[in-house]
Amino acid sequence: MLKEYLLNIKKDFKWKHYTNYIAVAVVFVLFTSLYYMGALNRSLPSLLNQVGYSIILAVSLNLVVGFLGELSLGHAGFMCIGAYVGTYVANLLLAAGMNTLLALVIAMVVGGLLAGVFGFIVGLPALRLRGDYLAIVTLAFGEIIRNLCKNIPIFGGAPGLVSDVYSANLQDKNSPPLFIATFICLFLMLIVIQNLIRSKHGRAITAIRDNEIASKATGINVTFYKLLAFIISAVFAGVAGVIYGASVSPVLYTNFDYNYSIEILVMVVLGGMGSITGSIVAATVITVLNFYLKAYLTGDMAAVKTLIYAVILIVMVVYKNAPALKSFREKYNFKKLLNKLLPHRRKESFVQDDEARWDVVTTKISMNEVLSTDLVVTESVTSPDKPDAPGGDE
Amino acid sequence: MSEYVLETKNLGISFGGLKAAQDVNLKIKKNEIYGLIGPNGAGKTTVFNMLTGVYQPTTGTFYLNGEELRGLSQEAINHKGIARTFQNIRLFNNMTVIRNVMVGLHNLPEFKCNPLTTVLRLPGYYRAERAMRQEAKKLLEIFGLLEDRNNFAFNLPYGKQRKLEIARALATRPKLLLLDEPAAGMNPHETEELMQTIRFIRDNFDMTVLLIEHDMSLVTGVCDNVTVLNFGTTLAEGKTEDALSNPEVIRAYLGDDE
Repeated sequence: MLKEYLLNIKKDFKWKHYTNYIAVAVVFVLFTSLYYMGALNRSLPSLLNQVGYSIILAVSLNLVVGFLGELSLGHAGFMCIGAYVGTYVANLLLAAGMNTLLALVIAMVVGGLLAGVFGFIVGLPALRLRGDYLAIVTLAFGEIIRNLCKNIPIFGGAPGLVSDVYSANLQDKNSPPLFIATFICLFLMLIVIQNLIRSKHGRAITAIRDNEIASKATGINVTFYKLLAFIISAVFAGVAGVIYGASVSPVLYTNFDYNYSIEILVMVVLGGMGSITGSIVAATVITVLNFYLKAYLTGDMAAVKTLIYAVILIVMVVYKNAPALKSFREKYNFKKLLNKLLPHRRKESFVQDDEARWDVVTTKISMNEVLSTDLVVTESVTSPDKPDAPGGDE
Repeated sequence: MSEYVLETKNLGISFGGLKAAQDVNLKIKKNEIYGLIGPNGAGKTTVFNMLTGVYQPTTGTFYLNGEELRGLSQEAINHKGIARTFQNIRLFNNMTVIRNVMVGLHNLPEFKCNPLTTVLRLPGYYRAERAMRQEAKKLLEIFGLLEDRNNFAFNLPYGKQRKLEIARALATRPKLLLLDEPAAGMNPHETEELMQTIRFIRDNFDMTVLLIEHDMSLVTGVCDNVTVLNFGTTLAEGKTEDALSNPEVIRAYLGDDE
């Protein structure tokens, strides 16, 4: 049984399917060993934790925005559910005398599942609405959740919910750092989402993104896959929320405002729609940037933080998309550099699975406009530029 | 089992006051290539949209092999055995050619594999995935697209995109294939090739084909029977040559003498 399992993996083995795992594992092992050698300063474990849950958020949002093609602006709302519910459950369990780690795991399961339920609820309008309208609904959802959590008495109200996991970890100097748990969750999330994407179910989801009408006519159960994508995405956002809840105290509703949802979306867009590697890199870069800006700009300079952050974002977006810089990008790009360094990449031409362009996703044409007449709809909407290279062998 | 693969009875739809199609009665026998023709705005695509569940007909109903399909969703109708192509090609543009066809294979019972098996990468996943890939390659080979299988769909030339769309529709193993203007934008040579493809599909896939077409050379070339629509109503039906030589039809296409 196990032999067959491993044999299958070996038979279909491709380096490009494992680069994300390897990169995350290397970072994880490196920093864990540094931590236990005592070489990390006090703020780094906290940064690693932030990077970890940001990646979870970005990749799970990418499933909905990049692969399913629905614009969701309420991702922080799912995180909020996870953070509050998870912290509450963990507090209860700790009060009952449970081990911190076990309490955290149970909190993750409960918080994740409950966020999943809300994912289902938000997924329902996604069946009817599209594009901008769905974005508005999800935006409203995020705000509703945040305010609900503020007004539920057991969640501590306006001062926020005190996290006992955080204080327990703070007191126990010998407890393992939280980022280890975060990276394990991150790894699990990568396995679930990447395996789902690289399968018939992932193809169905990307088919819905590329052409909903055609995928219906091809017999794809659009309802099922939209809900599936929303639920999975919400579950992992909930787990990220639980991690967040264990890393700060108190858990405060103001942190889950739409600005945060947008920040997660920025990670997805910068990293590339439908590119998991991209989401990981972008989430890391943005989180680290934020962290150090916050750390170094204190006092009066704190006001400049947002400005610098915004300028850097603008530069990154322009660099990534400006037509004038196209030749420059082609000459000096990251992929080329990697191709030089890693010989196996040259063999398989290296293209992301089913990447999409931002403009292709937002401009889904309205159903009635397309189907009501014999008129030919202008083609320009869904004809993106040529991609870098054809896909690897199937 | 009914005598006809597709039978429509008084099929009609109105949008507000506009009767886009009314009393359309099609009777299509097995292995027939049937043409649905008419001037622009005659309601041909509307009929297709009703047959595939995009629109719910306001009057009448239709049967596939004697089974009433009216009122079913688009997905359900596809599962029952009607597949279609679109007038303006609708491929999954950001996916490779082979993946486009594999999406078509998605619902076949032999490739069943639930999301949990997929995520855990159990042996069932690999079995289904390999079988799907084999099947997709077979289909692509038939349509001469095997070489392009790892290209993105939108990178294909026009004629190949048409073929890919047909291949994707056939991948769902339909009983009836609806082609919406397959020859649009093709030169005479490509049209000739398309005619061969359509006949090939009928013979090798045991298929019944209903097609909308403006190109009369294709209609006369492959269609056994046609129905001519004008302003949503049936103008003539029957053998291709008979229907096309009908004076009413000629008037509809070329206009009155006055």
